[in-house]
Amino acid sequence: MSDHLKSNVIPPSRQREAPRAGLTWIGQSMMRVEDPRILSGKGGYIDDITVPGMAHAAMVSSPHAHARIVSIDTSKASALPGVIGVYTGEDLASVVEPCPSFASPPITQHAMAMGKVRHVGEVVAAVVAEDRYVAEDAAELVEVEWEVLPACVDLEASAAATGDALLHPDDRESNVALDESFAFGEVDRHFAEAHHIVKRRLRWQRSSAQAIETSGVVAQFDPFKGGYTIHANSNFYNFIPFVIGGALRVSPGELRIVPVLTGGSFGSKVFSHKIIILTAGLARLAGVPVKYIEDRLEHFTNSDSHGSDRLYDTELAVAGDGTFTSLRFTVLDDYGAYLQFGVGTHGNAMAQVTGPYRIQSFGMRVRAVLTNKTQQGPYRGFGSEVTNWVMERMVDAAAEELGRDPVELRVQNMIQPDQFPYMIPTGNIYDSGNFQKVLSEAQTLFDLDGWRKKAHAMRAEGRCVGVGVATCMERSVYGPTEWWSLNNKETPGFTLTSTPEGITVRLDPSGKLFVTLNSPMVGNSPETVVAQILAERLTVAPEDIVFNYSDSQSGFNGVGPQGSRFTAMIAGACVSASIRLEEKLKRFGAHMLQRRPEDVELRNGTVAVKGLKDQEKAFGEIALTSSFFRLSFPDGEEFDSGIETTAVYDHPLSTDPAEDRSHLGIFYPIVGHICHIVAVEVDPGTGKVEILDYAAVHDNGTMVNPRTLAGQVWGGTANGIGTTLSEVFNYDETGQFTNANFAEFAMPTANEMPRNFKLGHVETPSPFTEYGIKGGGEGGRLGAPSALTSAIEDALSDRGVKIASLPVTPPILRGLIRSAEQAATR
Amino acid sequence: MTTVSFELTVNGRLRKATVPARMLLSDFIRQELALPGTHVGCEHGVCGSCNVVLDGKAVRSCLMFAVQAEGSEITTVEGLARGDDLHPIQQAFWEEHGLQCGFCTPGMLASAQELLAENPDPTDDEIREAISGNLCRCTGYEFIISAIRSAAVKLREADTETTLQPT
Repeated sequence: MSDHLKSNVIPPSRQREAPRAGLTWIGQSMMRVEDPRILSGKGGYIDDITVPGMAHAAMVSSPHAHARIVSIDTSKASALPGVIGVYTGEDLASVVEPCPSFASPPITQHAMAMGKVRHVGEVVAAVVAEDRYVAEDAAELVEVEWEVLPACVDLEASAAATGDALLHPDDRESNVALDESFAFGEVDRHFAEAHHIVKRRLRWQRSSAQAIETSGVVAQFDPFKGGYTIHANSNFYNFIPFVIGGALRVSPGELRIVPVLTGGSFGSKVFSHKIIILTAGLARLAGVPVKYIEDRLEHFTNSDSHGSDRLYDTELAVAGDGTFTSLRFTVLDDYGAYLQFGVGTHGNAMAQVTGPYRIQSFGMRVRAVLTNKTQQGPYRGFGSEVTNWVMERMVDAAAEELGRDPVELRVQNMIQPDQFPYMIPTGNIYDSGNFQKVLSEAQTLFDLDGWRKKAHAMRAEGRCVGVGVATCMERSVYGPTEWWSLNNKETPGFTLTSTPEGITVRLDPSGKLFVTLNSPMVGNSPETVVAQILAERLTVAPEDIVFNYSDSQSGFNGVGPQGSRFTAMIAGACVSASIRLEEKLKRFGAHMLQRRPEDVELRNGTVAVKGLKDQEKAFGEIALTSSFFRLSFPDGEEFDSGIETTAVYDHPLSTDPAEDRSHLGIFYPIVGHICHIVAVEVDPGTGKVEILDYAAVHDNGTMVNPRTLAGQVWGGTANGIGTTLSEVFNYDETGQFTNANFAEFAMPTANEMPRNFKLGHVETPSPFTEYGIKGGGEGGRLGAPSALTSAIEDALSDRGVKIASLPVTPPILRGLIRSAEQAATR
Repeated sequence: MTTVSFELTVNGRLRKATVPARMLLSDFIRQELALPGTHVGCEHGVCGSCNVVLDGKAVRSCLMFAVQAEGSEITTVEGLARGDDLHPIQQAFWEEHGLQCGFCTPGMLASAQELLAENPDPTDDEIREAISGNLCRCTGYEFIISAIRSAAVKLREADTETTLQPT
């Protein structure tokens, strides 16, 4: 181990339930508990919420990328019948504070712009009216006078901009909001000693999740009765509501955030604090409950959830025998107009930046650039999807430059199965894995040798057919140091280290288990996984478990579904709760059976005497007796009425970053592995890519529900296909967002998906989580872009086309082919 | 605001309404009829989440005015289940994991109804084509295709002549 990692000691495992064969419910593709209500139209999404007296908001949005607001005239809008009020940024600022920010020092953002706007779509005024139609009519009547400022659109130009082109002159003297450099291990020495250095400039362009449901809020304010009640489709509502309370100038006791079923997130609804603050402030100003649901254009231009937008200058140091020794890069990231989560997306990427390979050191300079675009937020991968692609591009480039087979070169450099837990140069660990097995199963599933021969033959016939292989990591279960560990050491900000997940379980006198979750359903399967785990641990039937969701006042510790954390974390909470419930059940049950607690066990929903068949008490009978027949039990608080517990599970394995940032600690250690192999054909005349065959093998540790995991892999792969082939946000030179609609931002339909997708699983359990579960919510998007890019380049290898930027839409790819043709004829 | 009075049948029930002429059918269904199962995803006719079955065809309810549905028969997702039983298409979506967040699902169900009424034994490519106007961001579509394939079998076995209108 490199010296710089010696202080980063791996803590002992806190696993209580070992991975094992013969489980009853874990590992079953149980049909989802959540589905009947959703399928029947009774799901209850944010726009389904109505409260008495509710009014509707519509926004006046900036048509300019960068402009001073000279004046706003709301008089015509206010006069329209049905309008309750029209409000500007100054009005809103009389009741709310600026939006909270993880950047340190923060970049000031108001939920409604004041003074100037910094991107198209930024809200400058809002109308509250009796219905949305009238509100939109009135919004059209608001007159704004603008003084247009220079727009920063290009990443590198913005980094060098001065004067009126500065976005936040009060907060930063440059549009580079953060510029930090790191060396993890002996990077300089490894590069000095390298036999060969592979260099590439790589570009990953902006897109976003675009869940089919937009963000929305229904907010009520009553100064005499509890303050704010807010329904929102945020998936972070139960962890730091006090932060939103601070922005709303109320204590958490005067703020109740109520979750709803959420129509897709993929990261885009993590926190969602701006729309909450905006709508809540409007409700307070207007004195009526207010509903505001983003329309699709607003979701594109103002929802603060754009994905990574990066330019890498990357170098890979390689020894004479093809061994990778070091990786380093300088990365510029176009964060848009604000920096809500700091450079958390780069912190995230540090979890697995060196991929599945034994690379001894890693160095980075990261520069966060502000431009006049909508700001970034999370999108499936949270930055690691980009470094996965960068790493795999560099490996393919190395193979080409060294004249090596890309698969053999990967195998040569892979971490070996006996090297786990494996600490990478940044300090994060990979808990377990067998990358060779995953690769081998994928090769078999795909028939890689056969396909390579076939592709070769087809290319000989003049067809552009190629095969690509990607071997990538899928980190899961994050620790929050990723949000601040790359901040300047002198101003690290709020150095959060907790990401707990809690659960409350109560045994009803009827024998049903009533479960309260503290994180919402966003398309994942929280009730299903909890049903399976509690059924396993407590020997009950899943159908005897009933679910509720807490609000921010009744709940306790829920960070929510992000970073592929929920299943592994809630499993920990389920085990903690089960241990306590088991103890209570045995205490009460043993007394009823006139036995000692150590002589009984849980068996098929009963407390039963060990070794005896008929000596048992059903949970329901125990709960009934314990709830209503207090005199049947001895005095003493251990027999207090009712059987209930609240349990919290903390991150299973994390350490602090080193003070001097020579390493970042362990923060994302539950690591899966994925191998995607794909065959494509490119039409050189149009640049259209057709997927001919596709295989993916994922190792997500112990699978709780193979069917729902497969759904995640499929969905993530669809996102990755879109990211690679069709999805990009186009901004013109004035900062206009020119394809902010579903017709021109081309997400895959059923027709774009592979016809012949083969999915395999390897199960290498985690030694650190309960039952060995790892997260699996992001893998498809973490692997598909690398494999597809590689396959397309292979398909066009005879034409000398190199792919250094994503996406490769048909026009872009056609352009690359044309350029290569012109270069060849010169 | 100009209002219009009209009648239509929704989920087998005759409804009489007086609404502004400009009210969209999607808003009418969700707000006036209090049937929130029909979802609005893009409001510009691309995503298909607002699809309902209108006189046998799956249509975008966000691209029609309510008044244009005068005299028609509409089935929304709320009209599919029979008592305690999900409709066979809904059941197939459940069994095959044809949904994750469920937001696009009512529109998918409408497109599936139209397809299976016209073509009781579709090929996978015919299913793909039928749902190519419905965007789903969660599933990657594969299990939706499985669900519709399975629903076709269920409907053929049940010998249900049409799945389009409530009886």
